[in-house]
Amino acid sequence: MKIRIQLPLDEKTAVTLHAGDSVLLSGTVYAARDEAHENMVRLLDEGKDLPFDIRNATVYYVGPAPAPPGRVIGPAGPTTSGRMDAYTPVLLRKGLRGMIGKGERSEEVIEAMKETGAVYFGAVGGAGALLSKCIISQKVIAWEELGPEALREMQVRDFPAAVVIDTRGNDLYKRNQTV
Amino acid sequence: MREVSSKQITQVIRKLCMEACTELPFDIREAISEGRKAESTDTACDVLDTIRENYEIAEQEKIPICQDTGMACVFLEIGQDVHITGDALSEAVDEGVRQGYRDGYLRKSVVKDPIRRGNTGDNTPAMLYEEIVPGDQIRITVSPKGFGSENMSAVRMLKPAEGLDGVRRFILETVKKAGPNPCPPIVVGVGIGGTFDKCANLSKKALLRGVDTANPDPFYADLEKELLADINRLDIGPQGFGGKTTALGVNIEVLPTHIAGLPVAVNISCHVTRHKSEVIG
Repeated sequence: MKIRIQLPLDEKTAVTLHAGDSVLLSGTVYAARDEAHENMVRLLDEGKDLPFDIRNATVYYVGPAPAPPGRVIGPAGPTTSGRMDAYTPVLLRKGLRGMIGKGERSEEVIEAMKETGAVYFGAVGGAGALLSKCIISQKVIAWEELGPEALREMQVRDFPAAVVIDTRGNDLYKRNQTV
Repeated sequence: MREVSSKQITQVIRKLCMEACTELPFDIREAISEGRKAESTDTACDVLDTIRENYEIAEQEKIPICQDTGMACVFLEIGQDVHITGDALSEAVDEGVRQGYRDGYLRKSVVKDPIRRGNTGDNTPAMLYEEIVPGDQIRITVSPKGFGSENMSAVRMLKPAEGLDGVRRFILETVKKAGPNPCPPIVVGVGIGGTFDKCANLSKKALLRGVDTANPDPFYADLEKELLADINRLDIGPQGFGGKTTALGVNIEVLPTHIAGLPVAVNISCHVTRHKSEVIG
């Protein structure tokens, strides 16, 4: 059974999700990977606003391929989330509620997720062609010069994912050592 | 002596970049469907079905299988009786990559400097692996390499006393540490012997060999089989969600080495292990 989730995700809904749940996400996600994360954290350090409202927002770790003519976007599957770990706790404490990626997260990230009530979703890595069909519109909202690393706002519909780490810190990758 | 124009090399590379990114090799498809038969849990089956559906969409709609269309690893086996005319070889290769990544709507994933970063905007330079071989032909292989899996690769200089057990342990440890990050099911390229750098090079070349082939030396062919079975018992499974299909194949290549050494390199590749070849001549 797949659970349909409307984004933005509020804390009330977030706590109902459990590691292992299959979900279909619809609504707004913000595509950001390595350099966009570095830039976001720099803005916060300088006391400036982010290019989008991070409260209850979901970030998708993705660097899409360019859109061929007639398509919304090129292939757009998840990248390895662990590279964003260093930047993530500060974003969580600013209100980030959901993350979509693939691969393990650090203890620091998981602790911050428990503290703030955030969820980490896993999408199938390498399934970029299929996942791109769930993106119904997208636009660059900052740092266009970064090419695939630009910050984008995307509308997704029935984007398939699994809850990998829930708000209690249960981690699907550590199946045999449930918290 | 055969003359080959640099333009011809550019054209072949342009085409190979686009084809390699959209058409998954047959041996990988077969291994994925064999893995699917072995799985019993819904999660593992769902992930493998998604992976299959994805490469079918890519092929039908002529779009890349994965957004990480990689660094363009270009392998050239150049016959010693070939004379290349026109532009410098590396320029001809880069021009092919530039055109292929532009015309195929492939992602530009290369930065100018490893520390100061800055996207080059055209996915150049290619990573070039040249070899001079007998004959008057050029064999060109383009293998776009994604970095989710490249980042989980490792090389270690073992002591000769660590022997076969040490080699086995290092390979299993590397795969285990990689866990879900390199997009399993993976292909494991292993280089053993040579020097520090040749060994790493060999592990990348091992990934060009089909997972339906075996090392011609029965000793290493057996080791490939044993390691594949051991890796698939780690319960990492498709995407790291558990299951029997952690790797689709283990390919080992070896070289003679120094009396004091036992270098081992493990180059991990994802389930989108891509390569496409063509011979000029």
